[in-house]
Amino acid sequence: MWNKVHTGRVWKYGDDVNTDVIYPGKYTYSDLPPEEMANHALEDLDPEFAKRVQPGDIVVAGRNFGCGSSREQAVSCLKHAGVGVLIAKSFARIYFRNSINQGLPIVQCAAVEGVEPGEEVTVDFSLGKVLTPRGEYSFPPLSEFVMGILEDGGLIPHVRTKLGIG
Amino acid sequence: MGLTFAEKALARKAGLEQVEPGQIVTVQPDKLLTHDNTAAIAKIFREIGVERVARPGINVIVLDHVVPAATEGHATNHQQTRRFVAEQGITNFYDVGEGICHQVLPEKGHALPGYVIVGSDSHTPTAGAFGAFAAGIGRTEAAAVMATGEIWLMVPHSFRIVVKGQVPRGVYAKDIILHIIGDLGADGADYRSVEFAGPVIEEMSVASRMVLCNMVAEMGAKAGVVEPDDKTRAWLKGRTTVSYEDVCADPDASYERVMEYDVGDLSPQVARPHTVDNVVPVTQVAGTRVDQAFIGTCTNGRLEDFEVAAGILRGREVAPHTRLLILPASREVLLAALAEGIVTDLVSAGAVVLNPGCGPCLGAHEGVMAPGEVTVSTANRNFKGRMGCKDSEIYLASPATVAASALTGEITDPREFL
Repeated sequence: MWNKVHTGRVWKYGDDVNTDVIYPGKYTYSDLPPEEMANHALEDLDPEFAKRVQPGDIVVAGRNFGCGSSREQAVSCLKHAGVGVLIAKSFARIYFRNSINQGLPIVQCAAVEGVEPGEEVTVDFSLGKVLTPRGEYSFPPLSEFVMGILEDGGLIPHVRTKLGIG
Repeated sequence: MGLTFAEKALARKAGLEQVEPGQIVTVQPDKLLTHDNTAAIAKIFREIGVERVARPGINVIVLDHVVPAATEGHATNHQQTRRFVAEQGITNFYDVGEGICHQVLPEKGHALPGYVIVGSDSHTPTAGAFGAFAAGIGRTEAAAVMATGEIWLMVPHSFRIVVKGQVPRGVYAKDIILHIIGDLGADGADYRSVEFAGPVIEEMSVASRMVLCNMVAEMGAKAGVVEPDDKTRAWLKGRTTVSYEDVCADPDASYERVMEYDVGDLSPQVARPHTVDNVVPVTQVAGTRVDQAFIGTCTNGRLEDFEVAAGILRGREVAPHTRLLILPASREVLLAALAEGIVTDLVSAGAVVLNPGCGPCLGAHEGVMAPGEVTVSTANRNFKGRMGCKDSEIYLASPATVAASALTGEITDPREFL
């Protein structure tokens, strides 16, 4: 379950990480089970990632993360791999929406400037702050509505809960 | 501090006095636009477990992508959409032949100033030409809007693009927006709301403003908008009985960027394969052999576009090795073009007229290309494979440039024929 304060180990990447390197196009039309999707996460950018990622790890990147195709798997493969939070200077718009709607917490700030791979950062969603070894970075707090989506694990479970279904 | 258009439109819908960029608000959109993907969305909607669409009045459903159906699969998809429409009592349904969703939406009075519109199509921002805040969303989200009647939206940062100067002969809205996209890049306006303003925009027809807003998606923008004026109101007259209220940016609004473009020296522009920001003056690619010329789509399939094309092609003949495809954006546009004799002019010149819809633009039917072929098109995307063949090339240009190119059989500066 998602926490409003989350501490995790960092995987650090640069600008313009596109959806093809996050989740290659050749898998998008195969209906792979979650653990197999996780095995391909970031395959064409960092082959070590899928082997060594731990539950709760945090991906921290530069600008325009998730640019390219609208495929929702580019979010869900990271979620299935155990990533707890995504932080980037900016996200491609559809990726940003997909992330929240798939229940993966997402933060826009420049934390990438204050952290090196393998270090820990703490994200406080209530205060809208990321604490890094070399400074604190603010982001606009998420609305209660979005918090609700994340707590329920994504948009569809959220809507079901809200409407009192199952 | 004043508010930008996007801030004001979203604050108003969310019932808030003030919002800031980055803030997430929950709104009840005025309209939800879906097309041939309605059947897929309805499937997700049923998985949620809801029986009835929360606010069926906001649904606007237009079958446009592959119409009439090209295969049994497409036909079944349309059938499922019609059943969903009947079952849910959705009244704003426009079946095969009515036109492209982004054209039909305003024609039927569903795109009004101050509205917040979401649509499961990336070119939903087209409705910004009427002073609406209009953004594309995913299928899952569209299903959730059907189930709940609401959606979360992030308040975007805003760009203000001021266009001035005397627009030269042979230069149109398409050339202006291609030039801007070439300048800013394919992600140059990612997640931004883009406000178009200045004397050139004020002078522009509503149809030309739609060209600008349609193409903001090609620089990553969430929405594009032109402030409503007398032209907007005249265009909307008789199309709706709903009273609407203009939402305009405050003069002291705070923009992330304000840009000024003087188009006084602009020449006709062309986007080369395979990205929309790969833009050069037409003179740089003039002489490229053209197999197919295509005038239409939600970008440039309106009456003024065919008037310009007819002005160039009337009394002449399309080059023998070139196919010219004409695709009015809606039944209304087709009827107007028929009434003006434009269809006769174009067909006499050798054009093939396709029924209103998305047609060849997305490469699913009607005008698919062969390996090695070149199309010059008035559409909004030239991605590899977009028109059904990954080994073909698409150049994007204005209707005038496409018409002139059809005539000579090679990419041609339209000013030679004006």
